[in-house]
Amino acid sequence: MSEQDDNALLTRRALLEGSAASALLLTTGMPLRSEAAAADEVSFAVHTNVVTLRINAHDSTLNLDSRTTLLDVLRHQLGLTGVKKGCDHGQCGACTVLVNGRRINACLTLAVMHENDEITTIEGLASGERLHPLQSAFIAHDGFQCGYCTPGQICSAAGMLEEARRGWPSHATHNLCAANIPLTDEEIRERMSGNLCRCAAYPNIVKAIAAAAHEARQ
Amino acid sequence: MAERNMTSNDQIASKNGPGFQQIGQPLDRIDGRAKVTGAARYGYEHIVSDKCAFGYILGASIGRGRIVAIDAQAATKSPGVLLVMTHKNAPAQARFGEPTTATPREVFTRPRPVLGDAHIRYFDQPIALVVGETFEAARAAAGSIDVRYERLQGDFEPELCAATYRPERTNAGFATDTSAGGFAKAFAQAPVKVDATYTTAFESHNPMEPHAAIAQWEGDRVTIYTGTQTLANVRACVAGTLQIPLDSVRVVSPFIGGGFGSKLIAHADIMLAALAARVLQRPVKVAMTRQQMFANAGHRPLSIQQVRLGADRDGKLIAIGHEVCSSTARFEEFTEQTGVFTRSLYAADHRVTRHRLMRLDTNRGEWMRAPGEAPGMLAVESAMDELAHALQLDPIELRIRNEPNLDGTSLDPDRGIPFSSRNLIECMRRGARLFGWERRSARPGAIREGRKLIGHGMAAAIRPNYIGPSRARVVLEPRGTLRVQLDMTDIGTGTYTILTQIAADVMQMPPASIKVELGDSQLPTTAGSGGSWGAASAGSAVHDACTKLKRQLLDLPGIPPGGLQAEGSVTRSAEYDRYSQHAFGAHFAEVAVDLDTAEIRVRRMLGAFAAGRILNPKTARSQIVGGMIWGIGAALMEQTLLDPLHGAFINHDLAEYHIPVNADVGQIDTVFIEEVDERANVFGSKGIGELGICGAGAAVANAVFNATGIRVREFPITLEKLLPFLPG
Ligand code: FES
Ligand code: FES
Repeated sequence: MSEQDDNALLTRRALLEGSAASALLLTTGMPLRSEAAAADEVSFAVHTNVVTLRINAHDSTLNLDSRTTLLDVLRHQLGLTGVKKGCDHGQCGACTVLVNGRRINACLTLAVMHENDEITTIEGLASGERLHPLQSAFIAHDGFQCGYCTPGQICSAAGMLEEARRGWPSHATHNLCAANIPLTDEEIRERMSGNLCRCAAYPNIVKAIAAAAHEARQ
Repeated sequence: MAERNMTSNDQIASKNGPGFQQIGQPLDRIDGRAKVTGAARYGYEHIVSDKCAFGYILGASIGRGRIVAIDAQAATKSPGVLLVMTHKNAPAQARFGEPTTATPREVFTRPRPVLGDAHIRYFDQPIALVVGETFEAARAAAGSIDVRYERLQGDFEPELCAATYRPERTNAGFATDTSAGGFAKAFAQAPVKVDATYTTAFESHNPMEPHAAIAQWEGDRVTIYTGTQTLANVRACVAGTLQIPLDSVRVVSPFIGGGFGSKLIAHADIMLAALAARVLQRPVKVAMTRQQMFANAGHRPLSIQQVRLGADRDGKLIAIGHEVCSSTARFEEFTEQTGVFTRSLYAADHRVTRHRLMRLDTNRGEWMRAPGEAPGMLAVESAMDELAHALQLDPIELRIRNEPNLDGTSLDPDRGIPFSSRNLIECMRRGARLFGWERRSARPGAIREGRKLIGHGMAAAIRPNYIGPSRARVVLEPRGTLRVQLDMTDIGTGTYTILTQIAADVMQMPPASIKVELGDSQLPTTAGSGGSWGAASAGSAVHDACTKLKRQLLDLPGIPPGGLQAEGSVTRSAEYDRYSQHAFGAHFAEVAVDLDTAEIRVRRMLGAFAAGRILNPKTARSQIVGGMIWGIGAALMEQTLLDPLHGAFINHDLAEYHIPVNADVGQIDTVFIEEVDERANVFGSKGIGELGICGAGAAVANAVFNATGIRVREFPITLEKLLPFLPG
């Protein structure tokens, strides 16, 4: 019954907050929350769950509305606004984060599904002041303009390089059985095509990733 | 780098030579670190003092008509909901007014009321805002609102649009029509002719950052955090709509996740946030969904363009006609200036350009990257290619023969005044050399690689150069840091970086000692980012401010204990009217067309540009490349489809509206021709944010023709338009 208790709380709080605004109600006739409205809320019960999320090596315990996506928890509750929302539908890649080292679209997954997962966002990539090699490479090669797709591009690239290292083929891979897939520009373009960039920094994104990958191999 | 500690003006003013040291260098972006670490905060992400409530917009599900009843009871009672705002209870706002404003400028600042009445003017027009404690609560409640409509038959089919009309002027105040000589007769008598009609589709800007705003009131004053290209526009629009003094509105926009013209004016997200925050006496944030952006955050109108070129047998143009019909909204006019560049591009004694509009029941079209040139050059530069083919003349040679030239002076054919600089020929020649143009086959369909047809195309580029009134302040702090302050924006263009370079050069200070502060309407007002005028306008104001500061310093023994400051400004000079100012370029493209599927792949592109002095070749190149890739989008994939029955933009998301992705882009090379246009501004630079897209799509389209021998005149060139005509 914890959900109902939460609702009751929410209602009382909302009413208290609403009282300041009720003066406005008189003048504008706004349908602000009113006592009468609170009566039949049961049908709208909000389900909440207490979840501990491990993000950038830091645990946060949250009481979450179960409808909340991982993306919205990061952005709205935890202040990790480096993670971007471009579409909320898994169509742009702006929200890419790493979950247990793999890249996913944070808008396509509910936060409550990620208890015990190791989540890394753009905020967790650098080691203190020292930038991740991909971050430095994006600056050096001007792999962005407005920067809005950039955190997603960089997290995606980190996940992608790991996929390539493990020998996962892509649509651009010529020999699917090769033990080592060379990370050509064509491979990078294909593997990064889930991350849209309307500024169209693509050629520089490819250069930045190739440079960072090269550096990692040295 | 540590801040340089300056105590004597020697250190600042030691070198006063005119030479630029920082300007012209490929300095890394000043804001790069903030962007790659996620520290940069965009409109929706600002932290405000009180807990923000979340707004969710509900849009109309008809394209024209009226709300008869709206039942928001369930939504109002839904847990976590604080407010449901509809036309019934929205606070009073200024009236929207007539479809056209008295002056071109006012379109940016006019009141834009939301939830004003029961009328539905376009599909997905906001009809309610639900504000909740959480995003989830607001979204769920919005889904429970019940609306009944009275539906009117709307006009959603451009083809059926019987009545077109002649607008008073085009966007940016250009003449609607122009003519010279006697076009009809000259064209009729021309020995070689092209008469072709091209169409371009509705397009959507789709910046990656959705339009969003946070509004916070303190007493009668409101602060709007948003992503905008021009703070002054948003400020004026909010003040005008809410009928409060301009001084009561502050706009904050330090980072903008792309604009491309869609963030020049205030949209519904801003106004709804401002209204709700006032009612609730608490900050409210509102973001459009990606889907809502298609109807509510601007689009490029569609166009039908008739291009008529008449030439003699040597390829000298006798007659040029460019007549455009484009879409506009019933309630607000927008006339994309699609035929305007044609007036200045090539010489011919007999010329005509015309703009007509067809009224549709959609939202108003807006300025989308290179308004006018982007759709117009797809048509005209395709037609030039058709003419070259008809004449069996090299497309570059055809263009060279039609350079507007009088006794060795390059004269704008329409205005009869000289170009400030015009290096189109050099762009074409240099580009051709670097691209390997000589390897192109003049005969279409001649190069085959397995099951692929290979083709090469080129097109010219032209884009007007603007400058807008701007002011800037520089503050030299006692410890030697120079703060550069103006309400300018960096929409990805590199403003933070180039203004740092400019200040560094004038003040002879290292870039690390300079702190550029942008995106706050409390700072001196600029023309903002748009029309590619940002660098010239804001940069000149900063240059002027620094120059004045430096002069003050010369009379002083050192920086006074309280620091020192100066203001600078720029307006249009007399040169602006005496010379026709444009940037030029030439695009080259190589495509491969699959014989079995008609899939078109752009293998490589090369662009050569003459755009005056390049302030930062690194950021400049990025902008140009971005523009060229937009050209690929316009030529091959971008189209927003209007449902003829209901008036909805049906492919309203990023899965169905295709923008180029990484795999769509092959090798892209760019080259800047050495040029300094001293008449343009103090730097000799010209705008480059839009130049890259101008003509780029036509080069791709011409390459498709060269590959296949098939001329598609209906953009974008999607597979089904080629497939039936491909050889086996
Ligand atoms: S926001 Fe998640 S993919 Fe676009
Ligand atoms: S940098 Fe602007 S969307 Fe990628």
